[in-house]
Amino acid sequence: MTGPGPATAGRSGREKDGSVRSPRSRPLVAGVAGVLLLGVSVALAVTLGPADIRVADTWSVVVSRLGGGPSGLSPIRDGIVWELRLPRTLLAAVCGAGLAVCGVVMQSLLRNPLADPFVLGVSSGASTGAVAVVVLGVGGGAVSVAGGAFLGALASFALVLLLSHTLGGTTDRVVLAGVAAMQLFSALTSFVVMTAADAETTRGVLFWLLGSLTGADWTDVGVCGAVLVAALLVCGGHARTLDAFAFGEETAATLGVPVARTRLALLTVTALLTAVLVAAAGAIGFVGLVLPHALRALAGPGHARLLPLAAPAGAVFLVWADTLARTVLDPQEVPVGVVTSLVGVPAFVLVLHRTRSAR
Amino acid sequence: MTDAPSPAPGRTGLRAERVSRTAGGALVLDGVTLAPRPGALTGLLGPNGSGKSTLLRLLAGVLAPETGVVTLDGDPLRGLPRRELARRVAVVGQHADTQVGLTVADAVRLGRLPYRRAWSPPTAADEEAVRSALARTGLSGLAHRTWHTLSGGERQRVQLARALAQEPRELLLDEPTNHLDVRHQLDLLALVSGLRLTCVMALHDLNLAALYCDHLVVLREGRVAAAGPVAEVLTERLVADVYGVRAAVTHPAPDGRPHVRYLGAPAGRG
Repeated sequence: MTGPGPATAGRSGREKDGSVRSPRSRPLVAGVAGVLLLGVSVALAVTLGPADIRVADTWSVVVSRLGGGPSGLSPIRDGIVWELRLPRTLLAAVCGAGLAVCGVVMQSLLRNPLADPFVLGVSSGASTGAVAVVVLGVGGGAVSVAGGAFLGALASFALVLLLSHTLGGTTDRVVLAGVAAMQLFSALTSFVVMTAADAETTRGVLFWLLGSLTGADWTDVGVCGAVLVAALLVCGGHARTLDAFAFGEETAATLGVPVARTRLALLTVTALLTAVLVAAAGAIGFVGLVLPHALRALAGPGHARLLPLAAPAGAVFLVWADTLARTVLDPQEVPVGVVTSLVGVPAFVLVLHRTRSAR
Repeated sequence: MTDAPSPAPGRTGLRAERVSRTAGGALVLDGVTLAPRPGALTGLLGPNGSGKSTLLRLLAGVLAPETGVVTLDGDPLRGLPRRELARRVAVVGQHADTQVGLTVADAVRLGRLPYRRAWSPPTAADEEAVRSALARTGLSGLAHRTWHTLSGGERQRVQLARALAQEPRELLLDEPTNHLDVRHQLDLLALVSGLRLTCVMALHDLNLAALYCDHLVVLREGRVAAAGPVAEVLTERLVADVYGVRAAVTHPAPDGRPHVRYLGAPAGRG
């Protein structure tokens, strides 16, 4: 499609000359294709919804806002594109990319197929923080819900690091400490909601807990996008190192990897990114847990291929999941976390089934 | 060719000097000195819990000695960057396993990690080292098989190939034949003894050690009980002393390599 050397030709050539080049060594092509697909998805997703917007309208609004003169749209339609749909769609893309990348890194680093961006207790910590602000009024109005969620997420991550360190510091201890933190903060959240919240607040909190991009604005997009780019650079720089964790930490160490430092750096980066995303959009499930498995089944386990694929794949997935979430029961809205699971699980089963024979 | 890089004169290679290490309050290694002969295969023997694995981990730099020092060409390991160490010393464990769907080539390519830079594709030297490691371990035909389709023997050969791709001068092996059937044990040991790298290998089977090792170091309760050429070390007396087992040691082979026949009953005191 994009050049010579499809997988089959590569395979036969390889067997002839005995070379060991991988048949899947085209991360750049896959990454570029993914980004193109993402662009198309964003452009289309913005047009979908109760107000009739065309791709050309979106384009003229963007040009106009970037200083290219009036867009020619009515102020309301202009506002729908610029204030509502565009930031929301872009935030969906950023969240999807971030969660998928965090999932890939967590699963490899912790050698645990059940690890996801929330395994460090970040999402439950964020929930507790948000609930503390919304229900208990902690911060006296000076702290936003997102701010409370972010602080809660950091508190939970700090607890996980402390626990796993005192328990011995190995990866299984990190997972166990994460599970402990998750339980603790979930219990705290439930306790606060049960004792202090009225029905309306509970419903609002629940919606947020399940993940929702309803409140997306350009500040969210900017903050999340900046943290995402930074995290992508750090994780990308560790791509080969992540490969080395396949046979465990001791083998990684004998391959020259500074294990403790690498683990702390990657845990911190993924936890920070997850905390920022959760603070903006709630705990959107499934993307970070299952998408990495699907991508590994399709693209192989090497992180130099996997990471450039995971970001656009997660972004595309969440853009469409959120589009579905806001249109399917229009004018009602479904929490996007519900959609990701309802759509994603059958797709995941399908992928696993199709790759079963290859395993 | 990459095989048998003989150490430069004056270089001492990898040495452990009077190293001690405790684990959970118990002394696992107690002032052990080990200076493997360059280019030779040194067998590390001793009962369970005698400190073989701990000594190997100290030599690999994965664990630091509490007293004493491990040196590479005279420099303490502690001061060496991990990457630099990984280009000199490679390790093959008892049975490394993974859930990741790596191919054989992927796994062997991990051995090039100490030479790779972030963000850059493998160099021609990387690919050549991988190809050569696959060829030396007889894995060229399996390069595209995935890990979970391999037998235990093939997996250990992949680990050996990965270690060779590191182009080490020192190779440490911790009971590499532990989970293999007899044929694969012999295959792997023949392969290792033919490498002519400086190898230190922990082993349980005394006869396999007698067949393939050049030198033996026997540990008992964290101390060196005996060390030297195979025929001098492996005696009836030693088997009785160290393992508490009565044995007849004969020398049937023309090259004088000893053979141990266990006589069943535990040895008496002394």
